[in-house]
Amino acid sequence: MAKELRWRIILIVVIIGACLWAIIPLEKIRLGLDLKGGAHLVLRVEADDALRLETETTVERLRESLDKAGVTGATLTAASPTQIQVTGVPPAQDGLFRTTAVEIETTYNRAAGVNGTYTFTMKPNYVVQMRADAVTQAQQTIERRINELGVTEPTIALQGTNRDELMIQLPGVTDVDHAKEVIGRTGTLELDMVEAGPVSTKEALLQSHGGKEPPNMRIVPGVQAEPGETPGTVYYLVGRVPVVTGRDLRNAKPGIDQNGQPAVSFSLKPDGARRFGKATGENIGRYLAIVLDNSVQSAPRIDGRISTDGQIYGHFTQKEAQDLSLILRSGALPARLTYIHEQTVGATLGQDSVRAGLLAVVASLLLVVGFMLWYYKLAGINSTVALAFNLIMLLGVMSYIGATMTLPGIAGFVLTMGVGVDSNVLIFERIKEELAAGKGVRASLDAGFSRVFLTLLDTHISALISAAFLFQFGTGPIRGFATTLTFGLISNLFTATFVSRTLFNLILSRRQVATLSI
Amino acid sequence: MQIFKHPNFNFLKYRWYALVLSWAIIIAGFVVVMTKGLPEGIEFQGGTAVILQFDKTPGIDQVRAALDRNFAGGGGNIIVQSYGASEIMVRVPQVGKEAGTELRQAADAVTAALKKANLGNFKEVGSEVVGPSVGADLKHKGILATALSLAGILIYIALRFRLSFAVGAIVASIHDLLITLAFLAFFRYDLTLNVIAAVLTLTGYSMNDTIVIFDRVRENLRGMRRDNIAEVVNVAVNQTLNRTIITGGTTLLSVVALFLFGGEVLHGFAFTMIVGVITGTYSSVFIAAAIVTFWHRGAARAKAVVTAPPAPASPQTAPRARAKAQRKARAS
Repeated sequence: MAKELRWRIILIVVIIGACLWAIIPLEKIRLGLDLKGGAHLVLRVEADDALRLETETTVERLRESLDKAGVTGATLTAASPTQIQVTGVPPAQDGLFRTTAVEIETTYNRAAGVNGTYTFTMKPNYVVQMRADAVTQAQQTIERRINELGVTEPTIALQGTNRDELMIQLPGVTDVDHAKEVIGRTGTLELDMVEAGPVSTKEALLQSHGGKEPPNMRIVPGVQAEPGETPGTVYYLVGRVPVVTGRDLRNAKPGIDQNGQPAVSFSLKPDGARRFGKATGENIGRYLAIVLDNSVQSAPRIDGRISTDGQIYGHFTQKEAQDLSLILRSGALPARLTYIHEQTVGATLGQDSVRAGLLAVVASLLLVVGFMLWYYKLAGINSTVALAFNLIMLLGVMSYIGATMTLPGIAGFVLTMGVGVDSNVLIFERIKEELAAGKGVRASLDAGFSRVFLTLLDTHISALISAAFLFQFGTGPIRGFATTLTFGLISNLFTATFVSRTLFNLILSRRQVATLSI
Repeated sequence: MQIFKHPNFNFLKYRWYALVLSWAIIIAGFVVVMTKGLPEGIEFQGGTAVILQFDKTPGIDQVRAALDRNFAGGGGNIIVQSYGASEIMVRVPQVGKEAGTELRQAADAVTAALKKANLGNFKEVGSEVVGPSVGADLKHKGILATALSLAGILIYIALRFRLSFAVGAIVASIHDLLITLAFLAFFRYDLTLNVIAAVLTLTGYSMNDTIVIFDRVRENLRGMRRDNIAEVVNVAVNQTLNRTIITGGTTLLSVVALFLFGGEVLHGFAFTMIVGVITGTYSSVFIAAAIVTFWHRGAARAKAVVTAPPAPASPQTAPRARAKAQRKARAS
C-alpha cells in the first residue's frame, strides 16, 4: 500500500509541476480579443468576381484566336460569370469556328444554338475549383497584408457553410478602419497604352471610333486634379491588353517623385522588364496610363525607354504611398471582399473585463471554499486541495494547447469551481452514509469512492456532450467558454477521484484512524 | 454535520402543485414574449452597437435627445442604455449596406451625431457591427446546437439507464429552458451569444442533478424489489437531498459571484445561470422523478420495472447483494 501511495503522490506532483510550469509567468496564457482589445472581422470573398475575370479573359483569348484564324463577323460577350455567348458566326466559317474554339473546351462546355449562336458554359468542377482557389488566394494575400501591417499574432481562418468566409482577428489593433482599408483594397495594377484622353465625357472619346468601344480597347475613368482645380472624373481610352500588370512587380516601396511629393517606386521582374522596355522604346511621345483598381492614377508621357524601374505618382499622402506599396507588394486580391461582421474592443474595455473576471474568480473561490470548510470540516481541506489542483490543471492544459482565455472562458472557470465541488460533495455524502451505517473508516472510503465513480462518469459525460455542441456552435469567446468547461470537467474527474483519494490515503497511512472529520 | 439527518419528505405527493406552478410561469413567459417580444442582442438582430466612454457621463435621455436631433432619420429605432460603471451603449438596428467597407456607416453616423451635440469629450471603446446574414445564421446555429445537445444527452441516458429516465430528463431540461426564457423575458435581458452559451450550459447542469437522482433510483430498484415505483423514487430523492441542496448551493454561490462582480458583459450569462441552477434543481426532483414514476405506474412492483429491458449492470452488484438488508433499513 505504501508503495502504491508513493507512486500516486509522485504522479500528482509531476502533473501539477508540469501545469505550473506552463502557467508561470501568467503572461504565457493567451488572452482573447475581448480581454486584450483588438478587432475581429468576418468577411466574405465574392468568388464570382474571379469567375467573371476568368470568363472575360477567355473571351479575349478566343477573340484573338478567331481573328488569327480568319473567322470574322462573330460577336463574343461574357453573358454571366460562367457563360460566354457567341452570335453571328457565318455559316461558311462554322467548321473553322468550331476547330478554333476547341482550345477553350477544356474548361467550357459548348452548346450550339440556331443561326450561328453558341453558348459556352464553364464546367461545374472547374467552377468549384476556381471558387476555392479564389478564396485561398484571397486568404494568402490578406495574410501577407496583415503581416506587413505589423499586427502581432493575427489569426485568419476559413469558415462558413460555403467555405467562402474569412475570419480575421487582429489583437491590439486600434485603427480598425485603416486595417480594413488595407485588407479590402483590391490592388490590381495595370500599365496600359493611352489611345485617347483625358476628356470629360465618354462620348468624346468614342467619336473617332464610330461611337462604339473598339474590341481591343476599353474606357477607364480617372481622377483629374490639377493643382488649384476641383477634382472631377475624366475618361481615358486605353489598350485592353496591358503592357505590364501587378504580377510583374518585383518590389514596390514608397519614395519621392520629381516634385518632392510622396510616390510609389516599383521595380519589375526580368520578363516584365523586357516587355516594358520594348513598349516604352517603341512608343516614345505617347502616354502610359497607370491604372490602379480600374481607375487611372496618372498618365505620364513616355520620354525614353524604361525597363526595370518606374514610379506611380498622383497626389498621395505619405501614408497613402506606404499603404499602396504594401498592397502592391502583397499582390492583388482575386475578388472583392464584403465585410459582414465586425467587433472591436478597446484596450480599456478589455482591461475592465479582465479585472471583473478576476474579481469574480476570487469571490467565487472564497465563497465555495469557505462553505466547504465549514460544512465538511477537515475533509473540506481535502476538497479545497482537490479544487486548487483542478484549477491549476485546467490552466496548465489550456496553456499547453494554446487555447485562448476569453471572458466567457473565465466564467467557465468560475463554473468549474461551483460544479467541480459537486463531485466532492457526492463522494463525501456517500462516505457519511457508509459511516452512519456502521462501516469502518477505510471501508467507508472505499465504498464512497468506488460507488460514486460511475455516477461521476455519467454526469461528466453528459456535461461534455453539451460542451461539445457549444464548441461546434460558438465562435471566438463562446469557444473559449466551451474549452474551459471541457477541460475543467476532465481535470475535475481526475482530481475529485484520484487526488482526493490519495489525500485520504495519506491521512490513513500515518496512523490508525477511528473517525473521519467529515 | 448534516442538513437533514434522515429526510423523509413525500416529494411526489406535491408533484401536481409543482406542475401547476411550472405551467403558470411558462404561460406567463409565453404571454410576455408574444406581447413584448424577446429582446435580441446585436448578434441575432443584426445592426450596430457602439460603446462610448465620456469624460463626464451624460444622462441617457440627453444622449437619446442628441441622437433624435442629429442622427439622419431620427432616433426612433435607436436604443441607448448604460453599460457597466460609466459607459454608454448605443444600438442602431438597421445596418449600412453589406457591401465592401460600408458596414461601419451607422457606427460613424452615431459618433458624428453625438459630436455635434456638444455632450463633451468621448471616445469609442468598443463596437460591434453585424450584417443581417450573420444574425440569421447564428440564430439557426444556436437552435440547432441546443436541439442536438438535448438529443445527444437523451441517447446517452437511454443507454446508461432506461428510456423512461431519458424522457424524464429531457422533459425536465425543456422545462428548464422554457422557464429560463420566461424569466429572461420578464426581466428584459437581451438574448446574446453569451446567454445562449448559458442556456446550453444549464442543460448540462440540469442533467447533472437529474442523473444523480436517477443513479440512486437505479441502485434502489435492485434493492427494493417489493416496493412500488413511487416509493423507490421518493426514497431516492430523499437520500440524495443533502447533496442536491449543497451542490445547488455551491453552484449558486459561484454564479452569484459572477453576477455581482463579473462585469457588464457577463451579466446576462450570470442571470441565466442563476435561474437555470434553481429550476434545474427543482425540475430534477419534481419533474424528472415524477415522469419516471408516471411512466411506470402500471408496474405495481419495482420488480416488474427491473425485469424490463435493463441498462448494463453496474459492476457493484455482487457486494451490494450483501448490503441489501442494510439499505432497506437505512431507507426508512
